[in-house]
Amino acid sequence: MAGWLDWLTGQKNKSAGQAKDRLKLVLINDRTDLSPAQLDEMKNELLAVIMRYVPINPDEVNITMSQEGREHRLLADIPLKPAARKR
Amino acid sequence: MAAKVLTITSGKGGVGKTTTTANLAVSLARDGKKVVCIDGDIGLRNLDVVLGLENRIVYDLVDVIEGRCRLRQAMIRDKRLPELYLIPAAQTRDKNAVSPSDMVRLTDDLRAEFDWVIIDSPAGIERGFRNAIAPADMAVVVTNPEVSAVRDADRIIGLIEAEEKGPARLIINRVNPAMVRRGEMLSAEDVIELLAIELIGIIPEDESVVISTNKGQPVALDGKSRAGEAYHNIARRLNGEKVPFLNLDEKEGLFQKLARMIKPGGN
Ligand SMILES: Nc1ncnc2c1ncn2[C@@H]1O[C@H](COP(=O)(O)OP(=O)(O)O)[C@@H](O)[C@H]1O
Ligand SMILES: [Mg+2]
Repeated sequence: MAGWLDWLTGQKNKSAGQAKDRLKLVLINDRTDLSPAQLDEMKNELLAVIMRYVPINPDEVNITMSQEGREHRLLADIPLKPAARKR
Repeated sequence: MAAKVLTITSGKGGVGKTTTTANLAVSLARDGKKVVCIDGDIGLRNLDVVLGLENRIVYDLVDVIEGRCRLRQAMIRDKRLPELYLIPAAQTRDKNAVSPSDMVRLTDDLRAEFDWVIIDSPAGIERGFRNAIAPADMAVVVTNPEVSAVRDADRIIGLIEAEEKGPARLIINRVNPAMVRRGEMLSAEDVIELLAIELIGIIPEDESVVISTNKGQPVALDGKSRAGEAYHNIARRLNGEKVPFLNLDEKEGLFQKLARMIKPGGN
């Protein structure tokens, strides 16, 4: 049953699916002039700067690239830790 | 008349720019439009052979630009159609013989007399591309459902936007419906989603393109082949008609569908 569902829904393991997934990443790199390595480096630097001002848990930070038409935007979701209140 | 200047480009070579230029020119001329096409591939002249007009060349684009002949003298009339003309490329090696402003001037001289001026761009993103795009009112990007062609198409689409000639329209050429069904070729939907520009036509892989090119008689001269029909539909869309996209699956009968369900992956 699951095999049939796989066949009907996704063809991710077929070469067309691979081509599409690879192209998605390549086109982001080409359009933004940012390599995956540079993107990682930028994320780390961003985190370092933020942590200078507020306490955050790096594991909860989510920085992603979204696409609308041919435009990309960097989305950062950064949960802030509650400040230790002074009593 | 006020011609529209249409530039056919791609980035990657061999995806079907020249075939597309020839067949759109023929299709528009069949519909009664006055059309002139210009071979922008200086040094690698080809539009003449695809159209079957190679034996009639006397003067070329560079002759016009360098003043060795008048514009009229370099325009070869295609006798099979009422109003179709070709301005061939030069076979000189000097690609710098033509500049973007030369192309703007040349097309301005043609605008009054024609409905469509179609420019066949060379591959690449250098001078030849900039010459071809400079006078464009509309840019059409041809690609194949294949990684390197799609990637290069994306580069060219970006450059067209940067030149303020966008938004480009997309033609996906050489689609093999059987391979798409098997999941072994990017579908038209995949390519549109990746490139995020407006589709203007899908051309199937069709051996009649090769046969017709052998003879110098573009497939669109008669509308009988699937590729010829697809090109003719693009011409109609260019003229503002709403034409549904060819259903590349329609050849698949019930029997084939059943066979495919029993034996997924086979075709
Ligand atoms: N839809 C198609 N089906 C089959 N062969 C095609 C199709 N489109 C183009 N071709 C073939 O592909 C080759 C390259 O096409 P061409 O138009 O010269 O590309 P370009 O001008 O982009 O370099 C030619 O041999 C042509 O006949
Ligand atoms: Mg060509």
